[in-house]
Amino acid sequence: MVAIPHGDDHGAYGDDKPGFFARWFYSTNHKDIGTLYLIFGIISGLIGGYLSFMMRMELAAPGISVFNSEHDYLVFASMHGLIMIFFMVMPALIGGFGNWFVPIMIGAPDMAFPRMNNLSFWLLPTALICLLISFFVPGSASGNGFGGGWVMYPPLSTSGSPGPAFDFIIIGLLAAGFSSIFGAINFITTILNMRAPGMTMHKMPLFAWAVLVTAFLLLLALPVLAASLFMLFTDRIDGGTGFFDPAMGGDPEMFQHLFWFFGHPEVYIMILPAFGIVSHVVSTFSKKPVFGYLGMAYAMVAIGVVGFVVWAHHMYTVGMDVDLKAYFLAATLVIAVPTGVKIFSWLATMWGGSITYTIPMQWALAFIFLFVVGGVTGVMLANAGVDVALHDTYYVVAHFHYVLSMGAVFGIFCGFYYWFGKMSGYLYNKWLAAAHFWLFFIGVNVIFFPQHFLGLNSMPRRYIDYPAEFELWNQVSSAGALITLAGVAAFFVMLIEAFIRKRPASDSYWGEGATTLEWTLPSPPPYHQFNTLPRIEDTDEH
Amino acid sequence: MRLKRLILASSTAFLAMSSAAFAAKPTEGGYWLQEAATPVMEELIWLHNFVSWIILAITLFVMVLMGYIMFRFSAKRNPVPSKTTHHVGLEVAWTIIPVIILLVMVVPSMRLLYFQDKLPETEMTIKVVGNTWNWEYVYPDFENVESFISNPLEKEEAEAAGVPYLLATDAPLVVPVDTKVKVLVTSSNNLHSFAMPAFGVKMDAVPGRINETWFEVLPGKEGTYYGQCSEICGIKHYKMPIEIKVVSKDEFKQWVANDGAFTTTVASIGGGMTAAQE
Repeated sequence: MVAIPHGDDHGAYGDDKPGFFARWFYSTNHKDIGTLYLIFGIISGLIGGYLSFMMRMELAAPGISVFNSEHDYLVFASMHGLIMIFFMVMPALIGGFGNWFVPIMIGAPDMAFPRMNNLSFWLLPTALICLLISFFVPGSASGNGFGGGWVMYPPLSTSGSPGPAFDFIIIGLLAAGFSSIFGAINFITTILNMRAPGMTMHKMPLFAWAVLVTAFLLLLALPVLAASLFMLFTDRIDGGTGFFDPAMGGDPEMFQHLFWFFGHPEVYIMILPAFGIVSHVVSTFSKKPVFGYLGMAYAMVAIGVVGFVVWAHHMYTVGMDVDLKAYFLAATLVIAVPTGVKIFSWLATMWGGSITYTIPMQWALAFIFLFVVGGVTGVMLANAGVDVALHDTYYVVAHFHYVLSMGAVFGIFCGFYYWFGKMSGYLYNKWLAAAHFWLFFIGVNVIFFPQHFLGLNSMPRRYIDYPAEFELWNQVSSAGALITLAGVAAFFVMLIEAFIRKRPASDSYWGEGATTLEWTLPSPPPYHQFNTLPRIEDTDEH
Repeated sequence: MRLKRLILASSTAFLAMSSAAFAAKPTEGGYWLQEAATPVMEELIWLHNFVSWIILAITLFVMVLMGYIMFRFSAKRNPVPSKTTHHVGLEVAWTIIPVIILLVMVVPSMRLLYFQDKLPETEMTIKVVGNTWNWEYVYPDFENVESFISNPLEKEEAEAAGVPYLLATDAPLVVPVDTKVKVLVTSSNNLHSFAMPAFGVKMDAVPGRINETWFEVLPGKEGTYYGQCSEICGIKHYKMPIEIKVVSKDEFKQWVANDGAFTTTVASIGGGMTAAQE
């Protein structure tokens, strides 16, 4: 590339876009790849949302009325989890916003490995297609698709699902895993090597910090998932291995250890980027820099590190040694401390601020509060003794949906509304966006809050039918699904309206509170930004 | 065999209800833990409620603080933002105070964990085997009691017998009250989980491995208890309930002496039930 020395980097040169096919299919541009990830996340969200909506309709009343077979319900439940995690939350938060804004925020022209970035993205649709194929090929004697839960525990995922459906899931998840590993390598390299002059690690915006920590978690956790999936794969072959087969000297619990060694960091992989986004939004709309910046950054590092040594709190009832449970109990409680630091630092950022309640700020505030609700039930579940009553009940379902369906997803919408004008160049309609927020906020709370009651009353997870005693709160929960559906509709109306009306967004449409580098660029930014690297002045803002 | 058990179970369930014995199952529209039948569950409920108060207080504190901040520092009331971004005292406080709260919590939590997990000297042993999709109960201490399969009742059967569908079985596990019972749990194929909410018991059934847990039903808590399989095990996961009938020590002795069958009043109710079942 020939560097053209001019101060203004959004001239004709910077906006030289390739043709449609080359631009979107061979794309190496971090912003285009980010857009692809976001579109992909929305599509996966619709599929995953459809699966959960059907489950909620089934559970609205006792008896089996919506699904043709019990197997189909389990397939829906399993695929809802896998699709939402690997194909909605991760692509949207990490691939989408990470690709779009990490390079811009650190003052880099693009990602370190643009072609690998392209590979990262295109592995994902391939992976999703594998998962979708699995719906339609035999899983077990009971029907098509894999119905062993998103955790894929053997023997249900080995001898219990002999058909090709689960093989397609393994292949799909391996592809998605490699996509994430390549993405993680790309982010780590970009953040460590391509920061603009003067952008020291301790000046780096918190979203970049969040993605850096997330990338390390991905890099360390996903190979373990890949290995355990591959072990399942060879266990499934007739005359193959017996890693998890007791008849061959293997141990099914070993898979659970391997899975959760990946699975628990995965939880933080999904939530840390949302932490980063919320930090920027809270700071922007309080017109104050983030309170306790270093504490915020290192709290995320601490969460990432401790997140690797607490995995077996997902397995309190498998029959572990009591001392081991005691360790996992104590270690898990420790995570509450850095998480508390984050929550209180957000509140302190707002304290003394001059707060405007824009749409992204509403999502951020809702995020903080609902994350606290989901966090404290996590403290409850960490108590191994109490967990015996709550393990595998709807209390757990309520807990992790409060941190994911309201934590990660609210973080996604928070970022979406914060950066929508920056990414698209258009402003959204405030009223439609507000309708989306309120319908969604009320809807998900109505869905998931009563599930605490169901869990305390001991309703187990992954049940297509239940005793009549559980009817009331299931009914309420299903009503919430209808409200949420209306919220999702409002989101699409908002999107369509914004692209029809094309109200242009200014460079820094949130005003003086927005201080990171993306607000120094036009909306949308030029095809290539920072041909002349920005220089970060040596101020002591933090 | 199965039919015999079915008749026995249904009739004894009838008896249990008519004699107003204690019974625990999910409560209609319930929103809290089921009533405790064992010392472990009593402790568990205590800890759960204790932690609930703490987390409720934390949630309310954050809510009130957030509400105050949103009101007091809105752009309308506070047009000029402060520049404060550090306060060492505060930052130390919100690290230390949560640590103290957690320490307060961890002490009773560890106590419960060890109480629940460390088996005391037990007085009898039961072996539970998870199958797809029913439970097998074995009484290794009593050679004359044949091991038996506990199958779920179909909807019509349950309605006919007046017992809850998806909770009641054709042959409950029978145990004496006020006795420390060791439970060995394993599985013949998929994973399952043997759960009894009112006992504070949940133990995964894992093929190739025998897990152990225990319970001791408190005196005066004779009755029928219901639980459900709590680890995904395939299509009938929702339909492999656990029913435990807790009887007095005398009744249990009789039951054992009678090779694992109840003697009283079976004939009188049994006739009618047989017709209903068939």
